Amino acid sequence: MSTAVSSLARSAAAPATRRGRFRYHRLLFHVTATLVAALFLAPLVWVVLASFRTPAESTQPPLPPWPTEGFSISSYERLENFGQSVLHYSGNSLFVAVGTSALTILVAILAGYGFSRYRFPFKGFAFVLILSTMMIPFQSILTPLFLLLAKMGLQNTLIGLVFIYSTLQLPFSVFMMRNAFDAVPKEIEEAARMDGVRGVRMLVQVMGPLVLPGVVTVGLFAFLNAWNEFLAALVLLTDQSKFTLPVLMTAVRYGRYGSVDWGAVQAGVTLMMIPCMILFLILQRSYIRGLTAGAVK
Amino acid sequence: MSDGIVAGADAPPPKKRRRRRHSQWTGLIYVLPALALVTVFFIVPLCMTVWMSLHKWPLMGLPRFIGLDNYERLLFDKSFWSSLWFTVQYTVVVTIALLGFAMALALIVQGQGRAVSAYRTIYFLPVVTGFASAALLWVWLSNVDTGLFSPLAQDLGLTEGRVNILANFTPAFWSVIVMVVWKMAGFFMVILMSGLQSIPADYQEAARIDGAKWLQRFRYITMPLIRKPFALALILCVSGSMLAFDQFYIILSGGPQNKTVTAVYKIFNESFVSFRLGYGAALSMVLLVILLVLSVLQLTLLSDRKDK
Repeated sequence: MSTAVSSLARSAAAPATRRGRFRYHRLLFHVTATLVAALFLAPLVWVVLASFRTPAESTQPPLPPWPTEGFSISSYERLENFGQSVLHYSGNSLFVAVGTSALTILVAILAGYGFSRYRFPFKGFAFVLILSTMMIPFQSILTPLFLLLAKMGLQNTLIGLVFIYSTLQLPFSVFMMRNAFDAVPKEIEEAARMDGVRGVRMLVQVMGPLVLPGVVTVGLFAFLNAWNEFLAALVLLTDQSKFTLPVLMTAVRYGRYGSVDWGAVQAGVTLMMIPCMILFLILQRSYIRGLTAGAVK
Repeated sequence: MSDGIVAGADAPPPKKRRRRRHSQWTGLIYVLPALALVTVFFIVPLCMTVWMSLHKWPLMGLPRFIGLDNYERLLFDKSFWSSLWFTVQYTVVVTIALLGFAMALALIVQGQGRAVSAYRTIYFLPVVTGFASAALLWVWLSNVDTGLFSPLAQDLGLTEGRVNILANFTPAFWSVIVMVVWKMAGFFMVILMSGLQSIPADYQEAARIDGAKWLQRFRYITMPLIRKPFALALILCVSGSMLAFDQFYIILSGGPQNKTVTAVYKIFNESFVSFRLGYGAALSMVLLVILLVLSVLQLTLLSDRKDK
């Protein structure tokens, strides 16, 4: 009680200076936050701007950050001439990323539904088994994966990568989907069952729309992780025509004749980053939900 | 493929008795595709790693069983232990830098409002770019001829003339740290922010009324209450950093003087450059055990403290 009184007395004594200080603090806060934001954005903006410089200018130091000798897409054209066309490699990356998303979504919906709605033998064990893959780094099983894919005829194929990336996504995705199904009231299912909806139709037509946010989150994570993954792609893809963008770009980075085409590197980095950023900006909410799902629980 | 399995599950069973058995297993059928993927692409290779680590396993030719020879060899493999030591050093430095920075960012973006949510988005943006893209971007910025850092250091009077910051260990190491903090801080920021936002506003208010200073409130209210998300961030950061590869491979290629070869990089070299697959598997086993122990250790340490 005494504290309440003293705080009342304090706020009554000096309302004006307090408000003034508050404003000053707010200004300081926004100035700092904006400066930090500029630091975070600078490299991204920089590389995108630099990728549009003329060939002569791309061998110059990067100050000022914008193209001064006019706008040019020659960096992209030079990248186009590296190996097969860059569209081909983007296609590879896109195939792997979309394939991973599709397979992950399909498998995670089924598993999430199974774990949420059914009781079956070894259920706990199966769930722990899937989650436990998170505890063991895939980097430590890369060597046998290499041999295993060779045995299965999947070595040096994009499909092989899709399987591996999907497996890596499973602990997160199955967990996410199980929670999504758990959040759907049982009454909705029962009502639909009364109307004669069963099995796959129940899953697709009734449950599907209700767990869509979870599906989007799972798909987004799968897409971004597959699009950006580097080590497995580097190890498992030996044929240059199969390279995904990150693997291709390391080849560009080391240069063909000892000299590195920095313009092409900038263009490639831009090409790799822009789709991720656009996807994130559109689906921000889904991404953050996925990230915080583990933290808040 | 899995469509077929599910459709089979819905086929009307001929007998009532079958039906009960059937429904008992229906859930397993839904889970089966996931279990199949995990088994084929995770459990099997995991077992193979153990098996391979007991063999001399060249890429061509037949593997030969050699028992624990690989493990004996790695005990005396200086380059492995130094790569592990480097990885630990990197992990300690990057974890402190990242979580400290992420905490500061989380305090900035925990509030409401348009500007704040814009900051949140901007701080997070580098996270969605891949490590490969971020590392390539950094290679360009660090490049001595056409990069930014070299002329910047010169203009700031830090160095005389152009300097290749990737040629010496200390600047190269810190350059990678800066890159990783830039790329990953937003990620940990969101985890910590979600913790901050879950603290009821009354707690802070009550402490403020009791006359607690900002630092005291941070130490005695904020930190204990976000222990769980903080533990998550710590575990993710440590285990992620112990597995660092992309940035060191792309930016430094292990140089200067092979001082920046991480543990995963060493395994990559043994397995896929020298094609000593068995030895690579043995190194993987060591790393795997270290990471498991670390995770368990962190989990118990942080949950114990919370109970008190």
